[in-house]
Amino acid sequence: MDILTEDSLLIKKYISGDEKALEILIDKHNQRLSSFIYSKVNNRNITEDIFQDTFIKVIKTLRRGAYNEEGKFLPWVMRIAHNLIIDHFRKTSRMPMFEGADSFDIFSLIGDDKLNAERQLIKDQIDCDLEVLVAELPADQREVLIMRIYKDMSFKEISENTGVSINTALGRMRYALINLRKIIEQHNIVLTN
Amino acid sequence: MEKIYATESDKCRLAKAKPSTVKFLLDYSKSLDIMEAKGLQFESNLN
Repeated sequence: MDILTEDSLLIKKYISGDEKALEILIDKHNQRLSSFIYSKVNNRNITEDIFQDTFIKVIKTLRRGAYNEEGKFLPWVMRIAHNLIIDHFRKTSRMPMFEGADSFDIFSLIGDDKLNAERQLIKDQIDCDLEVLVAELPADQREVLIMRIYKDMSFKEISENTGVSINTALGRMRYALINLRKIIEQHNIVLTN
Repeated sequence: MEKIYATESDKCRLAKAKPSTVKFLLDYSKSLDIMEAKGLQFESNLN
């Protein structure tokens, strides 16, 4: 009963603005709570995280004035920790983590589709060159090409936007591509990865 | 069959949050500010 009264007093002091009371509270229950969490998760780093998250919730609830003092501070804190442990297990079961061993690494079987740094650099250069070439097209063809390729608009939307018929938009797109190929041939440009 | 006794049963008693974690919590508490407006509470962290 003495412990409960002491906790109640500390809580009252903390809510009134005494930060030292919080320090005493945390120190008092540190080992008990950490041991409880560690016994469930068996990992020191995760124990630290859950301990921190538990007390963040405690602090928020106390500061909001939402805590009803019934002499059950420690059971309440343990319940918060318990629920966070369950959340942790739910998260890890949804996203299992694997670490490669020396003898076998899963990444030797699973590839990564993303471009490596060199290929990404080449792609960026090509995109840059293409922009320059597109800028050399006549304005009406350039406009249609940009809308079609870069803005992913349908020809119906392009015709509505530019005020021309769909056939005209289609024609401009066709000529844009023909002209682009001509420019590329004339200047002997290589645009491949 | 020989009985196997786990030698690590006492490990959990040594668990304690690091001082840096405790310090973070105390700093967090000092920076936390709860504002009330129109019946709603807003949390913010003051630097």
